[in-house]
Parts: sequence; C-alpha cells; structure tokens
Amino acid sequence: MTRGTTENPWVRRSLIGVALLFVAIMLILPMVLVLSQALAHGVGDYWRALSDKDAISALKLTLLAAAIAVPANIIFGVSAAWCIAKFEFKGKQLLLTFIDLPFAVSPVISGLVYVLLFGLNGWCGEWLREHDMKIIYAVPGIVLATIFVTFPFVARELIPVMQEQGTDEEEAAATLGANGWQTFWRVTLPNIKWALLYGVILCNARAMGEFGAVSVVSGHIRGMTNTLPLHVEILYNEYQGLAAFAVASLLMGLAVVTLILKTIIEARTARAEEHT
Amino acid sequence: MSKPLNVDPADLSRDYFRAKAWRGHFRRPSVLPGFGLTFGFTLFYLTLIVLLPLAALFLKSIQFGAEAFWMAATAPRVLAAFRVSFGCALLAASLNVVFGLLLAWVLVRYRFPGRRVCDALVDLPFALPTAVAGISLAALYAPKGWLGQYFADWGIKVAFTPLGIMVALLFVGIPFVVRTVQPVLENFDLSYEEAATTLGANRWQIFSRVLLPALLPATLTGFALAFARGLGEYGSVIFIAGNMPMVSEIVPLLIVTKLEQYDYTGATAIAVVMLMLSFAMLLAINLLQAWARRAEQRR
Repeated sequence: MTRGTTENPWVRRSLIGVALLFVAIMLILPMVLVLSQALAHGVGDYWRALSDKDAISALKLTLLAAAIAVPANIIFGVSAAWCIAKFEFKGKQLLLTFIDLPFAVSPVISGLVYVLLFGLNGWCGEWLREHDMKIIYAVPGIVLATIFVTFPFVARELIPVMQEQGTDEEEAAATLGANGWQTFWRVTLPNIKWALLYGVILCNARAMGEFGAVSVVSGHIRGMTNTLPLHVEILYNEYQGLAAFAVASLLMGLAVVTLILKTIIEARTARAEEHT
Repeated sequence: MSKPLNVDPADLSRDYFRAKAWRGHFRRPSVLPGFGLTFGFTLFYLTLIVLLPLAALFLKSIQFGAEAFWMAATAPRVLAAFRVSFGCALLAASLNVVFGLLLAWVLVRYRFPGRRVCDALVDLPFALPTAVAGISLAALYAPKGWLGQYFADWGIKVAFTPLGIMVALLFVGIPFVVRTVQPVLENFDLSYEEAATTLGANRWQIFSRVLLPALLPATLTGFALAFARGLGEYGSVIFIAGNMPMVSEIVPLLIVTKLEQYDYTGATAIAVVMLMLSFAMLLAINLLQAWARRAEQRR
C-alpha cells in the first residue's frame, strides 16, 4: 500500500483488535455456548436428546417442509429470472419490488396472513372445514409459510447474473434452431449454475431455520406440527436446556455448512471473474 | 437481383426491434421463446403465495371498520410495543453502523491471520436459525451467564430487559451494514486518498472528509436494512426480551399474543400498521440503493 493511504501501525493494530473482539464476542461465543451446553453432560446424553422421538419427528417435518419449499422456489426463481432478465416489458420494476416483498414483511405477519386466509375464522375456513381439510395447525400451513419466507432467495440470486450475461448466447442458440428447453439446458443453465446453487443454499438454510412464520401457523403439536426450530423453543421453555441446545446444535451445524459452501462458491465465482 | 443477405439474422432483428418499435406494446419482441410461459407462471405464483394473502390481511382490516381498527391500533399496550420496537431497532441499527463500518474497513484494508474466517462469519446471523441465536444469546446474557455475570457486577441487567432486545438486534443486523459497505470500499480508488495526503490532509481528515462521504449512501442503506429487519425480528428476540407488556414487549410478539387470544381484530390492526411501515421502509431502501448506485457511477 502506498504511503499516505494507511494508518500508523498502532491505529491499525487496535482497529483489528476491536474487530476481532467484536467477532469473538458477538459471533463466535454464541456458537461455543451452544456446543458447550449441548455437550455439558457428555456425548451419551447429547445423543439421547437427539434420538428422542419428538426430536426425530421434528427433524423429519423440517426436512419435508424444505424438500417442498426449496424446489417450488427454484422453479419460480428460474422462471422469474428468465422473463425478467431475458425480456424487456413494462412494469418490470414493479414485479421486482413485489418479488422482494416477503423479505420486507415481519415473519410473524407472513404466518398471520395464512391464518387469516385458511384459519377457522378465515376467508376459506368454512369451506375447508366442510371439505374436511386442514391447512392451519397442520403440515400444509407450515409448508406454505416456509415457501413465503424463502420466496425471493433463488430469484434474487439469478436475476442480476442473468441480466449481466445478456441475451446474445441464447439468441444465437435460437437462431441456430434450438428450441426453448434446449437453449435453457445447454446454454443458460451452464452459465448460471453457481448462482443457482448459491441461491438454493441460502433458500434451504432459511427454509430449515424459519421460526416466526412457522410458529404462527403450526399450533405446536408435538410429533405432528413441530419443526426443529419450534422444538428448540418448546424444550427451552420447559427448562430442558440440554435437549434444547442439543437440537439447536444440529441447526447450528446446518448454518456452519451453509457458510462453508457459500464461501467456496464465492471463491469460485471470484476466480471465474478474474479469468474473463 | 437476389443478392444473398450477408447479415446475421439475429443482428437484423435486434437492430430492427431496438428502434423502439415496441413503443405502445407491452413488451419488446424477441427471438427467445418462453416469455408467455415464464411470465404467466411467475405472476400466478406471486399472486397465489404473496399478493393474495397480503391482500387478505388488508381486506380483513377493512371489514372491522375504522373505529375498531383505530381502537386496536392505538391501545396503550400497542403504542408501548411500537415504542420498544422502534427504540431498540433504531439504537441497534446505529450500533451496527459503527461496528459494521469498522468490520468492513478492517476486512477490506488490512491483512491479518483469521481475516477470511472473520469475513465468512459475518454472514452467520443470516445463516443461523433465529431460535438458536435467541436461546444462545439469552443464556449468554442471563444474570448468571458467561457475559451477564460481568454486567451484573455493575448492576446492569441485560437479558430480560430492553437492553437484551438491543443485543439480539445488534447480532441480527451485523451483516447488513458490512455487506453493503464492503463492496463500495473494495472499489474505492486509492488515488483519492493519495491526492488528499499530497495536499496535506492527515488520516483522520481523509477518513471524515474523503472516505465517509463516499461511503454514506451505502452506510445509510445498510442502516435502513438493519433497522427494517430489527422492526420485524421475532425469533432471536423473544427469548432474551423478558416480554413484559409495556416494558420489553416487541410488536411482532404482541401480534402473536393477540392471535393466541383469538383477538383477530387486534392482531390484524397491528399487522396492517406494521406492514405499512415495512412498505415505507422498502421504498426508502429502494431510493437509497438508487442513490448509492448513482454515487458509485459518478466515480
């Protein structure tokens, strides 16, 4: 670095020191606490807490909700990115703002809107009861709320990348006689695969970790409508600290894996950009 | 007569259509297929999942009538919750600006062991489920917790007070300021600082008169994002907040409480006010981002 564009060593060292201290206290310490509380009575108790039957059914429901919400939002994300990035039309900006809406809404409200629609006193409540269907306080409600809160992730990652790539390659493919699917699978997808994966990872992390929205629609029925984050809350409120932190450590593992994958993809993308 | 066209048909069509031929039409013609399918599906899915449910919320609040709505939205407990939510989110977002700027600066400008790990960890609040953050922070800052005990020595209660809410919102908001400021700082041309040095400015003057103005749009965007998130945050707050009505009860929790008491009018009225605030924030953030982009382009 050139002289005059950096600070004297003492200022530099103390700034680094404060930053490291902040990261240690605000970010690392909470993770250390989760692990130490989860393993406070040894690995045996930790394992017992995780293999509890309610914990396992919560894990299954969390995986199920993510397994539906993530693919649904992938299809939406790719479709939205295709029409927004590859075509010019009126009202595009408005459409983009609408896609961002779920990020601006409090998770609690995301749950509430579905209660107002499908709950017993909701718009469709009567009809659903007559047809013996249940959405709120049941699995469909949890899936819907999860889809809502993870709605923008894939689309938001894809749109800027696809806009930057323009339409030249796809137009060339179309001119050479490729149909829409061929163009997408052979030309577009290879160009966007890392951005797509990035969006999917973020979407999945949020889908598995969502608390507020799911909490409102779940009804907290153990073994039935309890996801992992909700199970953490129940255990914690019942003063089963060890079990709560054991289940929490699972979710923390998910977060750590997410961060690692994210860092790897970012490094790849940065390298790819250097090549071009 | 029939001279072969020596032009790429794709270019030809592009040039033709670029001439604003689509003025008065909904979209610019293109050789690419799939607009109808993808646009239709996008609109359908967006309406079904997002727009209809949000519209249902507004319709429901109209059903109750203006008077019931006003009564529910301005009850003392509701106003107190808004005060708590606003105050804590505002203070936490301000602290996020201080620490976010510092972190972004250190991560971009200095090289030190552990820098890449720190950089990756900044996103932890995005990736960590809020319930996990919530119980972990509550345990850390409880009067007998690892950190809470030191505060207790000074007679300060963190967990189960509004201070605890701030700690949780500080945690949740970290990535917003760092991630908006970081790219601007990375692209900042060092020659501005060199020029200022040549003209006799010291480091502090350069920071406050050259760097800070350049970082202002991005910083404000980060602040607004952190503030908006803080207003609506639920999972990480409720464990550490204590949730005392009038004192440490946040708005999202009050919505849940009303809902659990089957007070749909109350829950809906608060939610509508909250949603309007969120939309206003979204608008403000969009304007800030546009400003930040323009500022970036000017350089």
